[in-house]
Amino acid sequence: MSLTLTREQIESIAALARLELTGAEVPVYQESLSRILDFVGALERADTASVTPMAHPLPGLSQRLRPDEITEQDHHAEYQQNAPQTAAGLYLVPKVIE
Amino acid sequence: MSELHHMGLAALAAGLRARRFSSVELAEAFLGRIERSQGALNAFITITREQALADARAADRALARGEAGALTGVPLAHKDLFCTRGVRTSCGSRMLDNFVSPYDATVVAKLRSAGAVMLGKTNMDEFAMGSSNETSWYGPVRNPWDPRLVPGGSSGGSAAAVAARLVPGATATDTGGSIRQPAALCGITGLKPTYGRVSRYGMVAFASSLDQGGTLTASAADAALMLREMAGFDPNDSTSVEREVPDYVALIEQPLAGLKVGLLREFFDKGLDPENERRIREALKVFEALGAQLIEVSLPNLPLSVPVYYVVAPAECSSNLARYDGVRFGHRCEQPRDLKDLYCRSRGEGFGAEVKRRIMTGTYVLSAGYYDAYYLKAQRVRQLINADFTRAFQQADVLIGPTTPTAAFAIGAKTSDPITMYLNDIYTIGANLAGLPAASIPCGFVGELPVGLQIVGPHFSEERVLAAAHGFQRLTDWHTRIPAGYA
Repeated sequence: MSLTLTREQIESIAALARLELTGAEVPVYQESLSRILDFVGALERADTASVTPMAHPLPGLSQRLRPDEITEQDHHAEYQQNAPQTAAGLYLVPKVIE
Repeated sequence: MSELHHMGLAALAAGLRARRFSSVELAEAFLGRIERSQGALNAFITITREQALADARAADRALARGEAGALTGVPLAHKDLFCTRGVRTSCGSRMLDNFVSPYDATVVAKLRSAGAVMLGKTNMDEFAMGSSNETSWYGPVRNPWDPRLVPGGSSGGSAAAVAARLVPGATATDTGGSIRQPAALCGITGLKPTYGRVSRYGMVAFASSLDQGGTLTASAADAALMLREMAGFDPNDSTSVEREVPDYVALIEQPLAGLKVGLLREFFDKGLDPENERRIREALKVFEALGAQLIEVSLPNLPLSVPVYYVVAPAECSSNLARYDGVRFGHRCEQPRDLKDLYCRSRGEGFGAEVKRRIMTGTYVLSAGYYDAYYLKAQRVRQLINADFTRAFQQADVLIGPTTPTAAFAIGAKTSDPITMYLNDIYTIGANLAGLPAASIPCGFVGELPVGLQIVGPHFSEERVLAAAHGFQRLTDWHTRIPAGYA
């Protein structure tokens, strides 16, 4: 039942995840991802027919909401100090539309 | 007066208040130990000497005015995934090597307001993904008990630092065992609180339904003191729980007579090293001597916890790490051809091999056609494991067993096979899946290497877990042992 991911599948996963892989990395991930998927395949054996998926680690709790009030100040100049490239308060990226 | 580095957090705080030594003296003493050991252990990514001394001077002035908080002047270190304002927060990754946090994590702010003095940021597995501290961009941390061995991970820098008494306590985080496993391998006390007990705000996210901040200290009494200052509701974390924080320090002396201790049958499996098992069985006798009653319990679905984890954690990781795109902060590649090239190369260069492996695993299990078979299936089995724990806590007050299958292993021994590495966390992952508080405490040695005993409690029973750990530490002295060369 061993599952083997193809080179094309790894390239497609990497493209979805926006990760550039080198040629040497592809076979490494082909092997290890195949083994991981094989390993987690053990889950198939569990009978979960009437079980609801667990959505929160604490039973009965869900995400809390807060009143829609402004609590944050404008930190954008401070935050942009970590940006690779900015101009006029904007984050710069390569041209998207010619 | 005993040597400063032999004293725990509580003793240091008391000594400072009694003016037996100053905060500057403490900071100098521990900074000296950190700097002298850095070449041998590599436990720190950033040492904040100047800021630490300035904070220590301020602490001394507060002490002189009689305005001491619970930790005023006490030195601590933070795992390098807690955001620290004005100080690099790298998460052990090239991706964040240049990231200077514009704000403090809630845990950092709370410990600072209690008076603690940060000495630096500790090394860790990249984005907390690893069980050996070998995935750090800044190089592996070495185990102070034997520098050829790993300290465990992902909080390996914090654990090695506390074991070698470079700091009396350090923050850490635990997603699948990242506090308890290094605590076990380094012979110290590690506490992972209940999910939601400690704020995750400003803690760089790996797997948000599993991540929880906690403590690494020499003793359970010190963990109680540190947790009391770290815990509590935080409106900035939507999963933080609105619930009063008990005085863990005052509650730690609870008697253990009649405590029902559950032994998990599934923890004493064929993977457990026989010598480690012997130390655990000996430790159980100590609990009996304290008046605890041992019963056997079973969690039949627990053997599936590692497969569940390696679906759920990578899935959450792939979503959380999508934010690293080379645009707003973090690593950006040189000369991007276009926007897609900027994303792909920045991420390809910025992330290490294990992080990429987990992002891709997560991307796959969440992708169309596989989501039901992997992700939803894993969340259903997670529910079964959670139900097993609920049933076990109807019989037992706490569950006790090993923290890890073996003592520390050699650097490089498990790097070639991810599954072998993942199986290190076989006894710790269950508590994360169910959001339970759990501790690891030292309970003996195999040869020269420490062995960890794990104590798991029901939700929000940190005081009970800590009392059990403290009771054990009153009758034993394993937690006072310091590696040769650091005594």
